Amino acid sequence: MNDTEAQPAFFAAEGLCKSFFGVQVLHDMTFSLHPGQVLGLVGENGSGKSTTMNIMGGVLPMDAGRMTLDGADYRPRGPRDAESRGIAFIHQELNLFRNLTVAENLFIAGFPKLARGLPFIDRAKVRVRTQELLSSVDLDVAPNTPVSRLSQGERQLVEIAKALGSNARIIIFDEPTTSLTTREIERLFDIIGRLRRQGIAIIYISHILGDVLRLCDDIVVLRDGHRVGRAPRAEMTVERMISLMVGRTIDQIYPPRDPPMSPGAPVLEVRGLSQRGIVKNIGFDLRAGEVLGLSGLMGAGRSELARILFGMDPHETGQVRVGSTAMTTLSPANCMAHGMAFLTEDRRAEGLMMEASIADNVALASLPQFGRTWMRLIDRTRLGDEVARVSASVQIKAPDLQRTLVKNLSGGNQQKAVIGKWLLHKPSVFILDEPTRGIDVGAKYEVYKIVNRLAAEGAGVLFISSEIEELTGMCDRILVMAHGEIRAEFARAAFDREAILRAAMWHGIKEVA
Amino acid sequence: MIARGVPGNRTTLFLLQNTPVLLFIVLIVGFGMMSPRFLSLVNFVNIVVQAAHIGIIAIGMTFVLLVGGIDLSVGANMYVVAAVLGLFLQDLPLSVSFPLVIAIGVSFGWVNSWFITRLRVPAFIVTLSTLFVGRGLALYFSGNKMVGFSPSVLSLGRASYLGVPSAIWAFAIVFVVAWLTLSQTTFGRQVYAVGADPEASAKAGIDVRRILVAVYCIAGGCAAIGGLVSLSQVAVASSTFGFQKEFPVIAATVLGGTSLFGGRGGVLGTVFGAVLIQTVENGLVMTNADPYLYPLVISAIIFIAVLVDSSRSAILERLERRQIRVERG
Repeated sequence: MNDTEAQPAFFAAEGLCKSFFGVQVLHDMTFSLHPGQVLGLVGENGSGKSTTMNIMGGVLPMDAGRMTLDGADYRPRGPRDAESRGIAFIHQELNLFRNLTVAENLFIAGFPKLARGLPFIDRAKVRVRTQELLSSVDLDVAPNTPVSRLSQGERQLVEIAKALGSNARIIIFDEPTTSLTTREIERLFDIIGRLRRQGIAIIYISHILGDVLRLCDDIVVLRDGHRVGRAPRAEMTVERMISLMVGRTIDQIYPPRDPPMSPGAPVLEVRGLSQRGIVKNIGFDLRAGEVLGLSGLMGAGRSELARILFGMDPHETGQVRVGSTAMTTLSPANCMAHGMAFLTEDRRAEGLMMEASIADNVALASLPQFGRTWMRLIDRTRLGDEVARVSASVQIKAPDLQRTLVKNLSGGNQQKAVIGKWLLHKPSVFILDEPTRGIDVGAKYEVYKIVNRLAAEGAGVLFISSEIEELTGMCDRILVMAHGEIRAEFARAAFDREAILRAAMWHGIKEVA
Repeated sequence: MIARGVPGNRTTLFLLQNTPVLLFIVLIVGFGMMSPRFLSLVNFVNIVVQAAHIGIIAIGMTFVLLVGGIDLSVGANMYVVAAVLGLFLQDLPLSVSFPLVIAIGVSFGWVNSWFITRLRVPAFIVTLSTLFVGRGLALYFSGNKMVGFSPSVLSLGRASYLGVPSAIWAFAIVFVVAWLTLSQTTFGRQVYAVGADPEASAKAGIDVRRILVAVYCIAGGCAAIGGLVSLSQVAVASSTFGFQKEFPVIAATVLGGTSLFGGRGGVLGTVFGAVLIQTVENGLVMTNADPYLYPLVISAIIFIAVLVDSSRSAILERLERRQIRVERG
């Protein structure tokens, strides 16, 4: 390793900055790479890791700063440009075509041809080249195997082979181990070791801090778009990474919350809920008047759990009680009938009809309540009154409830419209999945107030969020999920951001401990 | 790894993937038992000749469905080609006028692709509009009257080379060229990639827009060739020429195993699908079935094809769902 460190850096990034919609997400990011180096990049969700790598891989342009490759200016025009300069990006969601074979995936950008002038693919050459590339990553499958037949780990190796095929000198791995088995992970690490000996530089992004510590020569820690630490492996520990990632608390403002004096009756009871490959043995109670937080990293299974609870995805075992009813089947209609409401994480795709008016959206989930006469015609007057009452109570700011289309509202008002839609239904259990994502600070505060009022009026709220800060500010109790399981529970008195993050990263830490 | 958890789905998938073949065997055996004439070579040649124009257009449609698009305007394209040929190009020799009208078919497809790729209008809407515009223009020029053709067109349709009717030659040539293009060229493989995931294709350095423009042009060209084959068999183009042909064309393509969702299928299946549909019609005639039954039977087959396609896609999606936990053992 000492001889690689002696080599000069061939890639450097200085003062990279990036903003989205006026919010700066990356501040003065600086780092460098030399051949054969493995650089680890760690930080919480939204700390700027992906943004940095997207800039480097040509997916996003930078606002300010400079990158150099071999001493010359490097400013990729797109992913393809980055690749031709020798920078390959292996995304968490692999970029392979499952309907094509392994060989076709490696050469899809341009196959070798039989002869000049003829457009036909030289299949023999493709096969030989593919076999060479596959053997360099130790993948023993036939070149004409369809990618759909490969396991997740094998697909990852195909991606690496593809990077090697394009003569990559820097390979960026974004969370490469999330869906691999232990043996596949070992194999991946062997390959990474081999790549670095060939002088290829690696950037390794992961939440699994144990792996980062084991694999990387240097580790960079990010928080809120700032680089908060860089140290060689010898000077870094998992403890230090976590405390750097959490940093000092930046106190956001939350409306005062008076926790219920005595916990109410359970409105949602979950016991032994499992679905193979998704969640395992989930059990918890949600009480009337309680705001229960659900924390965890991206991909820990929080949203998937919410979808199962609302009957949108299947489960294999487990019991769910809503109020006093044991639910025999979970389906959205059935859950709604028993007083559950679900705010999805993606309101554009699942929560709202963008081309319809606010009133139509708010009324959507509760139309049957307004049926009149034997034909169940909708009682427009009563519906209009109720919609107006609910919209006022969540303070939707819009010129005309009946005419303004939802797509013309701001993110915050859209979110209020979704909440209003469920309020009209008078639910006793609220599942909120990332209710403040993508809305501004002022609107966040109003959403928090609504959540508090829901709880005060006796509903149970399950609050899912990626921001630990937000959960500690809003909740009475926090459950932490990792890897599809509930790993820890914290009461309000025991809230500790560091302990919560540690529990969320349980899977990454356990291997060092 | 994925397959292990769900063995039942794999079997179902295999059955679904081979439904058209099974259907074909059942039909041939069934019709064969009801009418001995059905199983003769003469009858089979007849079926392929009649299937040729639908098959050729369906081959073009295969390219479009493979990228996840659709072209509803192929029937109108046929009529435009027939009207232009009959009204304006009668005096030219066929060796000049045919390539000319095929070029018109290609341009028709290019117009579709322009709206789809430049203005980002959904393919369904664009081609539904050009269906009406194309048909409307051709009706206007022909004055809503039947367009006749020189005897040379008809004699081309009746001609045989090496004992094989000209329609089958055209069908075979289009098929071979299309098959080579899809399976043996970079362009062909990129068509499959774009259909599977346009975003990933762009990231992989594929010029997605170029691929889309090309497939709609190919579909337009095939519609023109199919129109010429059909013309050479009937020698006149009435105002209903090519009318509603998009239905059997799309049905043949989907029946042949090309997915409406893009990325899966091929032209060999399409040839098979076109022949299958013609076989059903022919079999119904041979067995003296009630003519009012034809549309019902054909639509039942189309329904089965689409049903099979969507259940196959649903199963594939389930098989490939992202896993959070890797269960060991």
